[in-house]
Order: sequence, then C-alpha cells, then structure tokens
Amino acid sequence: MSRLNRAGGPVNMGGRLWPALFCLLAFFLAWEAGVRLLAIKPYILPAPSQVLDTFGDMLPLLIRHSQSTLLEAVTGLAAAVGVALVLAALMDLHPWIRQGIYPLLVVSQTVPIISIAPLFIIWFGYGILPKVVVVALVCFFPVVVNLVEGMQSADCDMVNLLRVMGYSRWQVIRLVRFPSALPSFFAGLKIAGTYSVMGAVIGEWLGAVSGLGVFMTRATHAYQLDRVFAAIFIIILVSLLIYAVIEMLARLAMPWYYNERRND
Amino acid sequence: MAEIFLEDVTKTFSINGVLLSVLDGVTVQVEEGEFVSLIGPSGCGKSTLFNIICGLTTPDRGRVLLCGQDNVPAGEVVSYMPQKDLLMPWRTVLDNVILARRAGGRERAAVQSEARELMPLFGLTGFENSYPAELSGGMRQRAALMRTVLARRRVLLLDEPLGALDAITRTRMQQWLLKVWNNFRQAVFFVTHDIDEAIFLSDRVYVLTTRPARVCLHLPVSLPRPRRAALLTDPSFLALKKEIMHALQVQ
Repeated sequence: MSRLNRAGGPVNMGGRLWPALFCLLAFFLAWEAGVRLLAIKPYILPAPSQVLDTFGDMLPLLIRHSQSTLLEAVTGLAAAVGVALVLAALMDLHPWIRQGIYPLLVVSQTVPIISIAPLFIIWFGYGILPKVVVVALVCFFPVVVNLVEGMQSADCDMVNLLRVMGYSRWQVIRLVRFPSALPSFFAGLKIAGTYSVMGAVIGEWLGAVSGLGVFMTRATHAYQLDRVFAAIFIIILVSLLIYAVIEMLARLAMPWYYNERRND
Repeated sequence: MAEIFLEDVTKTFSINGVLLSVLDGVTVQVEEGEFVSLIGPSGCGKSTLFNIICGLTTPDRGRVLLCGQDNVPAGEVVSYMPQKDLLMPWRTVLDNVILARRAGGRERAAVQSEARELMPLFGLTGFENSYPAELSGGMRQRAALMRTVLARRRVLLLDEPLGALDAITRTRMQQWLLKVWNNFRQAVFFVTHDIDEAIFLSDRVYVLTTRPARVCLHLPVSLPRPRRAALLTDPSFLALKKEIMHALQVQ
C-alpha cells in the first residue's frame, strides 16, 4: 500500500507503469497467439483482437450499461461509508459497544453474499435498491475495520490533552480520532472501491433491467464470449476509475499526509 | 491562596500485579504568577504528579486543590504542555495553536486573529499555514508552548518542554521562555531534570528523590531578575547548584 501512496508525481507514476504495461502486452500477445495457433473456437475463448473489435462495436451500449452499474457501485459505496462512520464512532464511545458489534461485523462477512442476494430481490424488488444493498454489504467491512483500527491508533496522549483542555468525548472523536484514522480509512476505502463494481455486477446478475451484470448474463447465455470479455474489460476500467477518484479524494483530504511522505 | 496546592499526595501503580510506588507524600504549591520548578531523577514520577494535577490520574491519598477548591475541572485553572509537543499533523500551525483557546467554544476567527498577533513573540511568523512536519524541533516546541499559553489559564504546567532540544537551542529557549512568562504573568510549574535550567528559570525549586518520590529539598531562588546567561557562573548560582546536587547526591 505504501508503495502505491509513494508514487508521487506523474513522472514517477510513468516510470512505475512501464513494467506493468509490458507484462500486460506480453500476456495479450500470448493469448492471441494461443487462440490462433490452437484454433480455439470463439465461443470457448475469443482472441483479444476479436474482443477489442466487439468492444468498439458495442461501446455505446456498454457505456449505457456501465452508467447503471457505476451509479449502483457509487451509491452502495457511499452508503457503506456512512454506515461505517456511524458504527466506528459508536464503537469508539465505549469498549462494551465495540466488543458487542465487532464480532457481528466479522460474522456478517462470513455470510455468502451470493446466497442472500436473491433475498434482496424478494425484499426490495428489481430496482436499484437490492444492488446498492449488495454493494454496501461487500464494501462496508474493509472501511469500518480500517476506520476502527485507525481510530484506535490515535495518540492517547493527544486524546488526554484534549480532555484536559475541556473538550467533550464527541469533540475528541471529531478532532483527534477521525483525523488520525484518515490514512487507514482511505486504505480501506480503496479496497472497498475495487470491490464495489463487483458487488454491483453480482447484484445485477440476479435480476435487473440494465447494467453490466445483465449484459454479461445475456452474453453468457448466448455463448457470446467476446461480449463477456468486453464487459470484463469495461468493469476493469470502471473499477480503476473509482480507485483513481478515491486516491484523488485522499490527496485532497490529507495534504499533510502526502507532504510528510514526500519529506521522508 | 495558592493556585496549586498538593498535600501529601501518594500514588502506587499496579503493573501486572507488581506494586510500584511512585509518589510518597508529596506536598508542593505554586503561588500566583510564580515560576516554580520540579527537579528529580528521570522516571521519578514527575509526569505522574502532573497527571494528578490535571485529573488524568487520581491519587491514592492526599489533597489536590486548584485555586483553593478541590472540585474545579483542572482545565479551567491549568494549561498542560506534555513532554511530546502533540501538535496535530493534520492541522496547520495556526489551527494547532488555537486549539486550547477554542476549547471553551470561542469563535474561530476571533481566536485566530488573537493568535496571529502573537506569532512574532513565538517566532512563528510566516509559518501560520505550514503543517507541523515542516517545522524544526525548536519551532514545534514554541508552537506547543504557544498553544499552552494561549489557553490563558492561571497556571502553565510544562513537562520538560525543552528536554528534546540541543544545548544551544535550549539556552536560547530558556531566555525566551522567561520573556514569555514576563509577558503573560501566568504562574509556571516546570518539570525538568536539568539543575542549571531549574535555577536559572525559577523563583523556587522542589527537588524530588528517586522513586517513590518525596520532596527532599525546597529551595527558594532569590537571584535577581531579569536573568542573563552570565548568571550561570555566578558564585551565588553555583552555591544553589551545589545544594541541589547534594540533595540529588550526584556529586
């Protein structure tokens, strides 16, 4: 994680990107060569060049579907952050609350989302809500865990000092605990951000009118694997977009943090 | 009436079942506007004593009176500066120094302009919008002291505020600290393990023994003010130093 954060300016980023781009290119070349040499049928595995063609042709449709998926992912992520903030603040108020809630959080992650997601369709219908719930369920855990750990890591001397100054418990949370938790909060948010699109797609698989999940289900059923891969490609792009936005927000929210890293 | 009056304060900690007696019947007081130092070997319980004054630790025995009362919230009488500067890395210098002053819910803009006027005295002019990580050690200490002074409480509790500084910066900071004290006329209760520093700054010095700490010497320092660096080699200064060294048995 620290390596990613240390990637400071664009020059630095470019230097780091080359090896990854090279490997990616080599991977696609091997794929293309394999498909051509072994004459693999397109409904088993399409060649990257064919996927690219399909991607170009289907772009307007893919963009329309991505819009619903992106909306679900971002709404779900925002809901997850909201829930995480409230839970973390509650858990910080009293150790008793933390000991009560924390195990439940862990248990909530052991429930297989894929098996309870159909229930959300029954409860919340075919609209956007069940997808948002799935995304929020997938995303809130890394956010809340990182937030709680971050708040715990706040300097107790600083907390004591503020208590002596006369600040209330709640003010101490706002002034010390939340700011100290920001770096780890954003680390968790980045994980959640990459999960969010996946959560939205899973939600759409189970029943929706639009979205990349619907597009993929239809394509799979029709053995149009080139379309499936085109959808996967755009899912990757959307996930990276969300990641980049979170990284940007982190830089806006914690200029001091990135300053310190540069000074190190 | 004393600003701070501690009588017969005793504290024992239990660490993993082992009893550790830290303070044993300590009686000290600080009068209005006075500069009082507390000196003792490292780890003798000086910081515990400050925590007791602040209400962060409760004594097993003894009385703690602030302004003659035993139930006033410590924060209303004292302003505490712990050993670590505890500046918040996510706040600018200006927002850090107003923190204590704002505890009562004062308006931000008003406190900020109050702080801006004092920046020159604390040598922080031009660094208002810097983050603490961009400051030198001496500047961080000055910012922390500014936060403490700006709280405008009757007593400043300073826990080895100059301890982390190099000798040259330290001597300069001592002179400057006296200037600040002169400016605001708050009483100062100062913890140090530097004998010269204690004598140079104070009206009175309390010397503590090793753990469990007791007051083994109470020494009034009647050297004239303002004090200059030349005082450090004055015979009257050296006589006081000898007395403290004798009490600490470090000869």
